[in-house]
Amino acid sequence: MTKGHKELPLTPVSDTPSTINLTGLWRVVRPVVDLSKCKKCTLCWKFCPDAAIELAEGEPHIDLQYCKGCGICSFECPAKCIVMVKEVGR
Amino acid sequence: MVMTGNYASAYGAKLSRAEVIAAYPITPQTSIVEKLAEFVSSGELRAKFIPVESEHSAMAACVAAQTAGARTYTATSSHGLTLMHEVLMWASGARLPIVITNVSRAMAPPWSVWVDHMDSIAQRDTGWLQFFCQSDQEVLDTIIMAYKACESRSVMLPAMVIEDAFILSHTSEPVDVPDQELVDSFLPAYAPELKIEVGKAMGFGSLVKPDQYMEFRYKAMQGMEDARERILSVEKEFKHIFGREHGGLLERYRCDDAEVVLVAAGSVASTAKDVVDAMRAKGVRVGLARIRAFRPFPHQELRALGSKVDGLAVLDRSYTFGAAGAMFTEVKASMYSLQRKPAVKNYIAGLGGRDITPRTLEKILEDMLVVSKRGAEDEVEWVDVAGLPRRWR
Amino acid sequence: MIEVRFHGRGGQGVVIASEVLAEAAFKMGFEVSAFPFFGVERRGAPVTAYARIDESPIRIKSSIYEPDYVVVLDSSLLRGVDVLEGLKTGGRVLINYPEASPLDGVPSGFKYYVIDATSIASAHGIGSQTAPIVNTAIMGGFAKICDKIDIEPILESIREIAPVKVEENVAAAREAFERTREVSL
Repeated sequence: MTKGHKELPLTPVSDTPSTINLTGLWRVVRPVVDLSKCKKCTLCWKFCPDAAIELAEGEPHIDLQYCKGCGICSFECPAKCIVMVKEVGR
Repeated sequence: MVMTGNYASAYGAKLSRAEVIAAYPITPQTSIVEKLAEFVSSGELRAKFIPVESEHSAMAACVAAQTAGARTYTATSSHGLTLMHEVLMWASGARLPIVITNVSRAMAPPWSVWVDHMDSIAQRDTGWLQFFCQSDQEVLDTIIMAYKACESRSVMLPAMVIEDAFILSHTSEPVDVPDQELVDSFLPAYAPELKIEVGKAMGFGSLVKPDQYMEFRYKAMQGMEDARERILSVEKEFKHIFGREHGGLLERYRCDDAEVVLVAAGSVASTAKDVVDAMRAKGVRVGLARIRAFRPFPHQELRALGSKVDGLAVLDRSYTFGAAGAMFTEVKASMYSLQRKPAVKNYIAGLGGRDITPRTLEKILEDMLVVSKRGAEDEVEWVDVAGLPRRWR
Repeated sequence: MIEVRFHGRGGQGVVIASEVLAEAAFKMGFEVSAFPFFGVERRGAPVTAYARIDESPIRIKSSIYEPDYVVVLDSSLLRGVDVLEGLKTGGRVLINYPEASPLDGVPSGFKYYVIDATSIASAHGIGSQTAPIVNTAIMGGFAKICDKIDIEPILESIREIAPVKVEENVAAAREAFERTREVSL
């Protein structure tokens, strides 16, 4: 329901952080990490545009609540340990 | 005290207890921020002084600090102001009542450090209130009044206090510096309804879809319209406490029974009062209307005046290419709904610091007296341009 | 209204001289206005400043074209700059001029006054020996040639405005006040 101008604040302000937007729902392909091949270079973590990768002792763990499946991590990984697989029936 | 317009600006910001000052130096604004830096370093003013790397950053820092609930101030001039342009829009859209002094100076090229209103006029659509001043005292008083008017719940928009380069910025005049206690009683601390608060997650400046964008612009428009009444009521209260007033949105000087009125803004209007007196002494019925607030524009006030006179000589100290002087186009638009319209002619004068002498102003008024009876050859005339017929000195 | 024009060189304190006068006149109850020629001042370049003094509030913001007084802080400006331009007939000219040299070759129709402000400033250790700052001394001289301005308010405003060597500046102004003399052509 659209708010009338009187119900709106002076300037757009949201009282919730942007983390309520679970952008993982946008994903059509999902990164799958083969940790046995990981060299712990952390490039995937550095390149992730959504900060959806967390490192545990240098190894990437992808937060699928926010990962949009853009594939940048897979593209950048020098060890080729991240592959993108199609999301099915989610 | 005897002080320059720039020091009057600095005292205005100090008396208003600006809490964050972010500025980048530029001629002829420099001594404003030098003085404020002194006030801050000596402890006379408790404020955070942020020396930034550009005017864009200066305004960005003010926007951020004001969003966090601080009263902020900055000062700039010409190219500095135009570099701020993007962030000026942000300040008004975010409804942040920031106050800045713009020392109005010509735009280059040709390179010039002298007075001209092009820089200020070019910001007329940014959603800022704009006050053109005619004296150092008015600069100081207007800064204090601007904070009060702009911080009103119904307004919440930023304001630009404009002082003419050198003619005010570097001219020493007697200035009454009011007591801090009196200013404090007039201007309470800034307390916005919305601000960044530690421990409270909030998003400012978020995306708004087409279904709501117009509503926010509508509210800003209401703020600017409400500013008209607020400027007047704040000045009335100011006069009650400090004993001074500066003319509201449109200062009228000897306009009663005037045949022809000069419409002008800034320091030239002060000179024009002497000219009006001298011409009146000779029995010529002329007056002066000084546009003090260019935003919001005094349409109503001008209409009331225009319905009673034969001619309005509108002096612009800038020129909008492809149109005319900006004051002129606004004044003329104001007259459209009148049944009995006065003649309106535009005089472009004093660009890039060209001195506008009393003699020139007298000639303009004399020309307008003729135009109001016989009509004008040209609706817009450039005054005192080398190579054109010399009839202005 | 009294209108005064100051000529000097960047670094000599020309603008401050106009402000000293404005402050002094203000102390005496006058309305005042003082302003520099709006230039980009550099050390050594010719600099002009102005002051207006009146009984009623000064509204005019235009420049001064026909001064009543001209104050010249550097006699070398007599060649090259038309320091007398627009000066009213009978107007007064105060020149910082070497004590021993006669003032000649100046047009008639004005009243000339001289003071060796350079020597006085130098003797009081104001500025450096090669570049003494003469603005305070010459303003003492101005109190002598202008009937409306007294020496005491000039000294008082020098006390407020001088950033260093306050008493030296005051003493220089007082000495200049006493030694300023009219030149008969």
